[in-house]
Amino acid sequence: MKLVDQISFNWQIFQRHGLRTFLLLLAVGIGVASVILLTSLGEGARRYVDREFSALGNRVLIVLPGCSETSGGAPPIYGSVPRDLTLEDAYTLEKIPGVLAVAPIVAGTTTVAVDSRSREVITLGSNQSFFTVRKLAVGAGQILPARTREDAMAVCVLGVKLKRELFGNARALGEWVRVGDRRMRVVSVLEERGESLGLDMRDILLIPVRTAEQLFNSPSLFRIMLDIAPSADSDLIQTKIKAVITERHEGEEDVTVISQDSMLAAFNSILTTLTLVIAAIASISLLVAGILIMNISLISVSQRRKEIGLLEAIGASSRQIRQLFLGESLLLVSLGSVAGILFAYSLIAFFSSLWPSFPLMPPLWAVPAAVGVAFFSGLTFSIVPAKRAAGLDPVLALRGVQE
Amino acid sequence: MIKLTSINKTYQIGDTPLRALRDVSLNIDSGEYLSVMGPSGSGKSTLLNMIGLLDRPDSGSYLFDNVATEALKEERRARLRGENIGFIFQSFHLINRLTAFENVELPLILTEQPIKSRRQAVAEVLDMVGLSARASHKPNQLSGGQLQRVAIARAIVMRPRLLLADEPTGNLDSASGSEVIEVIERLNRDGITLVVVTHDQNLGDRATRHIRMVDGQIDSDQR
Repeated sequence: MKLVDQISFNWQIFQRHGLRTFLLLLAVGIGVASVILLTSLGEGARRYVDREFSALGNRVLIVLPGCSETSGGAPPIYGSVPRDLTLEDAYTLEKIPGVLAVAPIVAGTTTVAVDSRSREVITLGSNQSFFTVRKLAVGAGQILPARTREDAMAVCVLGVKLKRELFGNARALGEWVRVGDRRMRVVSVLEERGESLGLDMRDILLIPVRTAEQLFNSPSLFRIMLDIAPSADSDLIQTKIKAVITERHEGEEDVTVISQDSMLAAFNSILTTLTLVIAAIASISLLVAGILIMNISLISVSQRRKEIGLLEAIGASSRQIRQLFLGESLLLVSLGSVAGILFAYSLIAFFSSLWPSFPLMPPLWAVPAAVGVAFFSGLTFSIVPAKRAAGLDPVLALRGVQE
Repeated sequence: MIKLTSINKTYQIGDTPLRALRDVSLNIDSGEYLSVMGPSGSGKSTLLNMIGLLDRPDSGSYLFDNVATEALKEERRARLRGENIGFIFQSFHLINRLTAFENVELPLILTEQPIKSRRQAVAEVLDMVGLSARASHKPNQLSGGQLQRVAIARAIVMRPRLLLADEPTGNLDSASGSEVIEVIERLNRDGITLVVVTHDQNLGDRATRHIRMVDGQIDSDQR
């Protein structure tokens, strides 16, 4: 039987059983569409994170106190270590070639108050470089003065949300706020900007690094962020940073250096794995569609016994009968896949127009994988019905006898 | 053309084995017109299915054109059947979703004939059975006699040399029945070998060779 004849033969069956065919197409279509749509969500998240990191634009290294042993485990983010990472350590790193800016960060929480209004906020102590490294800008006023590099000045910068909560719509610039037991003058308010690297920059208080040391009564840095030149060799600089700190810490390598690239790579691998898992879960619906096809095919075989007997009488071999039934499922899966792909892409286009900021898009492998699983499932579950059809005894089949 | 020697066939129905054919031997020459008659369960249809290569004997040999068919693979038997043997059934066995034309075309499609020669062959045989005007009708738009003539057209579209008819007039009124008989007898006159299984004495008598079966055996064979 030629392919075109077989397709038209199968097509006539589909026309004859319009509703049944439509429902099977729906099952396959939904399966394929769900794989494509769900993986687009995962891939979209990956692209989103990717874009967030790229928005920082520069190449950032982060030095954390403490060192993960070769035995593994995550670097301690809030852990305590025998030897503190100090401001002096940070400023020594500025001498390494290729390092453009070093932002030491002291972190803690303090109570900020204006009159009777007070708020508990995350407080970061740093210097001018912090604005460079984190690509921050202030809406009004000035960034921290250059002197804050060494001096414990009583000035602060407010996050947008913090400013609104403390001052409302009133002017904050030049006003005094109480931070813990000190009074500080507001020199600027940060420009509105969303979450960045997991920290809501709208809800923080930024003060000079020396002031923070005094406020928290500790010389220990939370971390150091470095901006390195685009042409610099990141690995080489990381090695040098470790060497410098090790020398300063009496021969003990007790810091961890992570790069933005490696963080990005980690996120990438997490989200890619997540997308694969989602795809696997979505594929279950395709297996269900396959079982549905098997069910319907088995019914169809027993309904069409006489036809099968007749086909054998007019010269069809068992192989041809088997092909006919397998072909029916394959045609169904093909049509269902096309419908599913069209449906998924139109839905993606629709949601992309609703939320242009989220890069919803299926990964390259999603369509082939969805269609592949659909065909695998359709074919696997059609083998049994097709075999049953091919194995019918033509004499009994012609009489319509159930064996 | 057909040489059956000591054919045996037993069906298992429930616990009791049913001997449908016992030691049946039969020779049929090209161009003969046979009728096979006998009571129900005498093995007439089994004999017909055996000749038509739809069934395999438990023992015995069947030479079709000097080819030993018992040894052939299923696929080879299917081809032999498709190319040389046409079937006509009591209940027509037309596919309802296909038009008369498409029903007749099926054997040609199965053997992958080119579309052009297919159309020509179908048009020819439909003309032969007098149904050219009904080519695009579906089975539910045709009368019983017309349905059987479509089935005949399908049976002869491959130009077989053997035509097997199982109660071809069983579901027809006498007028339609005679039309159908007329068509198949004309085919016989043109050289096709015709074997008709029937209960109808009048139909049986028209053949030139009469076989009577009882209990799976050939009781009489008269020319």
